[in-house]
Amino acid sequence: MRTTLILSTMLIGFGLAAAAQEVNVVSWGGAYEWSQVEAYNKPFTEKTGIKVNMIAADNPATPLKAQVEANNLTGDVFDIEVSDAIRLCDEGALVEIDPADLPPAPDGTPAIEDFIDGALQDCAVANIFWGTVIAYDTTKFEGEAPSTAADFFDLERFPGQRGLPKTPKRTLYLALIADGVPADEIYDRLGSEEGVNQAFDKLDTIKDSVVWWEAGAQPVQLLADGEVTMATGYNGRFFDAMVAEDKPFGIIWDGQYMDLDMFVIPKDSPNPEAAMEYLKFATSTEQLAEQAKYIAYGPARKSSAGLVGLYQDGETEMGPHMPTNPEYLETAVMDDPEFWADHDAELTERFNSWLAGS
Amino acid sequence: MALPTYASPLERVWHYTYLVICGLIFFFLIAPIIVIIPLSFNAEPYFTFTEKMRSFDPDGYSLRWYNSLLTFGMTSADGPRDGRWWADVWANAKWVQAAKNSIIIGFFSTLLATVLGTLAALGLSRPEMPFRRPIMAILISPMIVPLIITATGMFFFYSNPCEILGLFGLPSNCGRLAGTYLGVILAHATLGIPFVIITVTATLVGFDQSLNRAAASLGANPRTTFFRITMPLILPGVISGALFAFVTSFDEVVAVLFIAGPDQQTIPRQMWNGIREQISPAILAVATLLVLFSIALLTTVELLRRRSERIRGLTPQ
Amino acid sequence: MVNSSDPQAATTVVTPPEGRLTTADGKPLAWALARSQARAKRRAFLLVLPLLGFILITFVVPIGQMLQRSFYNAGFPANMPEISQWFAENPRGTDPDDAAWTALANDLLASAEARTIGVVGTRINYDVPGTRSLFTSTGRKVRRGIEPPYREALLEMDEDWGDPRVWSAMREASKPVTANFYLAAVDRTRADDGSIEQVEPRQRIYVMLFMRTFWLSLLITGLTFLLGFPVAHLLATLPMRKSNLLMILVLLPFWTSLLVRTTSWMVLLQQQGVVNDILVWLGVIGGSQRLQMIYNQTGTIIAMTHILLPFMILPLYSVMRTINPSYVRAARSLGATSWTAFRRIYFPQTLPGLGAGALLVFILAVGYYITPALVGGSSGQLISNMIAMHMTDTLNWSMAAALAALLLGSVLILYWLYDRLVGVDNLKLG
Repeated sequence: MRTTLILSTMLIGFGLAAAAQEVNVVSWGGAYEWSQVEAYNKPFTEKTGIKVNMIAADNPATPLKAQVEANNLTGDVFDIEVSDAIRLCDEGALVEIDPADLPPAPDGTPAIEDFIDGALQDCAVANIFWGTVIAYDTTKFEGEAPSTAADFFDLERFPGQRGLPKTPKRTLYLALIADGVPADEIYDRLGSEEGVNQAFDKLDTIKDSVVWWEAGAQPVQLLADGEVTMATGYNGRFFDAMVAEDKPFGIIWDGQYMDLDMFVIPKDSPNPEAAMEYLKFATSTEQLAEQAKYIAYGPARKSSAGLVGLYQDGETEMGPHMPTNPEYLETAVMDDPEFWADHDAELTERFNSWLAGS
Repeated sequence: MALPTYASPLERVWHYTYLVICGLIFFFLIAPIIVIIPLSFNAEPYFTFTEKMRSFDPDGYSLRWYNSLLTFGMTSADGPRDGRWWADVWANAKWVQAAKNSIIIGFFSTLLATVLGTLAALGLSRPEMPFRRPIMAILISPMIVPLIITATGMFFFYSNPCEILGLFGLPSNCGRLAGTYLGVILAHATLGIPFVIITVTATLVGFDQSLNRAAASLGANPRTTFFRITMPLILPGVISGALFAFVTSFDEVVAVLFIAGPDQQTIPRQMWNGIREQISPAILAVATLLVLFSIALLTTVELLRRRSERIRGLTPQ
Repeated sequence: MVNSSDPQAATTVVTPPEGRLTTADGKPLAWALARSQARAKRRAFLLVLPLLGFILITFVVPIGQMLQRSFYNAGFPANMPEISQWFAENPRGTDPDDAAWTALANDLLASAEARTIGVVGTRINYDVPGTRSLFTSTGRKVRRGIEPPYREALLEMDEDWGDPRVWSAMREASKPVTANFYLAAVDRTRADDGSIEQVEPRQRIYVMLFMRTFWLSLLITGLTFLLGFPVAHLLATLPMRKSNLLMILVLLPFWTSLLVRTTSWMVLLQQQGVVNDILVWLGVIGGSQRLQMIYNQTGTIIAMTHILLPFMILPLYSVMRTINPSYVRAARSLGATSWTAFRRIYFPQTLPGLGAGALLVFILAVGYYITPALVGGSSGQLISNMIAMHMTDTLNWSMAAALAALLLGSVLILYWLYDRLVGVDNLKLG
């Protein structure tokens, strides 16, 4: 009886401890989460005393939508893609953010001018640009190395399993690029029935050799374990493996898919004030530049770009690893948030049916 | 199993083949659990035996993955291992948090499941219990119903447990249980109950009800009878049931995935993250610790079972 | 009933011919016995009551509530009241008139302003894939302004508003109680005229997934039988001391965390894993032809067989222990070969254990989620994984509930069978 009492007191104690100032940030896990912990969370806690709980999700928009729908919010700040941010904002699920509240650049430029076009939305503030790229295991292709999106689909010349994300957004475009569709026509094509069929037909050619991944850290792991010889994934993760862990990977920038990651705060989140404070802090010039020391993603503020220099090891130039490098932008497919806000549901449905049928 | 003396040569050959087959099946059962133990000491971040490991070079082995269980999630992992370092581990290391959560949730859900389950088992074992079979079937069903169905049901229910009161015109919003310790504890207690019921009723099968009557006729009140007569006899069964319930909670991940909040991340939840993201050998280090833990539990349960059989006079022949 | 075998219950009906027996304090004996009987019943029931209440509240009610979503979805009528009203007043087959278009335009505007248009679009999208954007984009345009005539105005915004399938789907969705999610769960849909038809071949997945789930569960049950039978037999026939020792090898996996066992299989089966390494080392396969044994059905089958094997061995073992070896010896002495003696004498006696084990393994396998999710790739996914996907990814909760209801139905039938054949009170753990 007494032990029970003591333990229940302990439990209540835990409950109280959890009720102290804190903010729950849902992000993408792995090397990316780590970069945010180093660049945002640690300095934030040091400055404000607010504890940051980092929660990993394959794609934070998924738990966000479920939490909104069930009216059961446990996260305060979510790191999601633009299309999801627009869609959820349209549905009235997110707190609107006034750009005037965001800190200006060090030289006094107001935030609204400092952020790159598209980086500020009604309910969302971007932190980084990131690319989805193809990486391959250099030890597997010692003769001729793959160099284009079409090579990814060429199982004859470049044998081995392929790693692809289990989502239509980052697979269909690749199939079309590999099939010769120019980057700027992708969305016209995907908007039509024939275009979608064309993409699935192309994917069918490698379907039996694909290992599907869901979390951003998986393609890196699959490549490192030799489970696949080529995989698409987030460029910062591959960078991390290549530079920090010396993995023998090569990156194909041809047909990279570029997207913005946004911070959003859902309505009715458990700690709204701490959430807003975190969001403002994390998207300030210094913090965005700081993050680029840990992972190869481009900061969303113009004023941060000048501060980006070397990787944390003090010798690797970040420039050539950034998805925003002008050289890589020529063949890049830019994310079209409006298109995905409208078509994500139906293409996901079609994609899942296609995947399940074997 | 000895071979009878009249066995033909063919039967002898078959007999030894059979033993070899059984050996292979035992190997299949146990090898996957054993193989992760040495691999968790791998000095390299791979899941296979490296050259150095195979030649038993000490350099091939290391405790780095066990170390990473402590340091992962710390604010500053480098530095001398003084009081402050350990305080940091205790407060921030993710696996330590997960272990704390698993133990708290496991303890309270076990307590709840054992108390309720033992009472119910006592009732169910009485010959005069009405509707015994259908009630038993309902109480065992959390073990049978697919976890994903249970978890989704709980997901909605715990998001707003009072929704159903709305049907009776009562206030239909009273906060939520999802994302609280209480919610996870209740869920795990539900899942652990069938195990308590099964184990305790099995103990009570051999229980001689006339002992209770004898105690009563000697003037003991029901309370005394329970604590002095019944309880000591069924205690081994109750403890094994409790251990089963604890293990169920300790190993449960689906309900946690659906109803736990960021504060209730348990060891299996942390493993689930790790496995899907980056199965570094740190997962194998946790797995090894869990295997040792299950060996300890299994031993306890086996000892209890034998003890229980001995007290009840069911000693194996 | 349950207590008909109770000796005390039998005494109450015995009434001696010469008159009523009474207790010491003068009450009729039958009455006193019945009363004490009732009190004992009540006491037993009171002991069970707290738990029963607990299970009902934390388990039965939540599942019931969840299943309600499979036939009840008020997302459309709640947010599109006018057009729902119009559907209620006009029977199927009525062409949309001016009133209908006006109602639709009003609802779209109201819903767009209340920011619920996404919910409405999602609901219709379940029935006609690709229409979510029709609602959201029209919603955006309507907010900028819309003038009568509404029919022309809406068709101008998007010609899909003229599609009879959209109207048919809206009509279906306007009723909160619907069987459509069950139809969808068996790959059926309602045609424009309301009749039931199969969906396009491309979208037929659920029946296939149910078949795959049952087939794989059957296969896994068969495998656990093949592997479990010899082991259980060996354990049952060895002397107690040895068999207790070997029993630990069965019980240890049983007590080991499911995630730990799944992880080990991932480690063992991957291309650079231990099994492939051994095969290459033995020269069975070349270094470049390592086998793909994980992230597909093979992975699911191997891992699940291993995980469920103890559930087959334990019931088989407890039945085999009770089989008297002298029957087989008698058969042998009467001239049966060892095979005949096994087939005709021994095996039939193990059937109760086999039935118990097989049903239990099958029931557990049908609902498996964790292991296929981790090692199954896309071809090793079972119906549980589809339910989880609809729960967390597509958020089509009504669909998840319908699939869950079908799965639960089949599990409960098997459970009922198990209770009839084996009895839930005979369930044993180790």
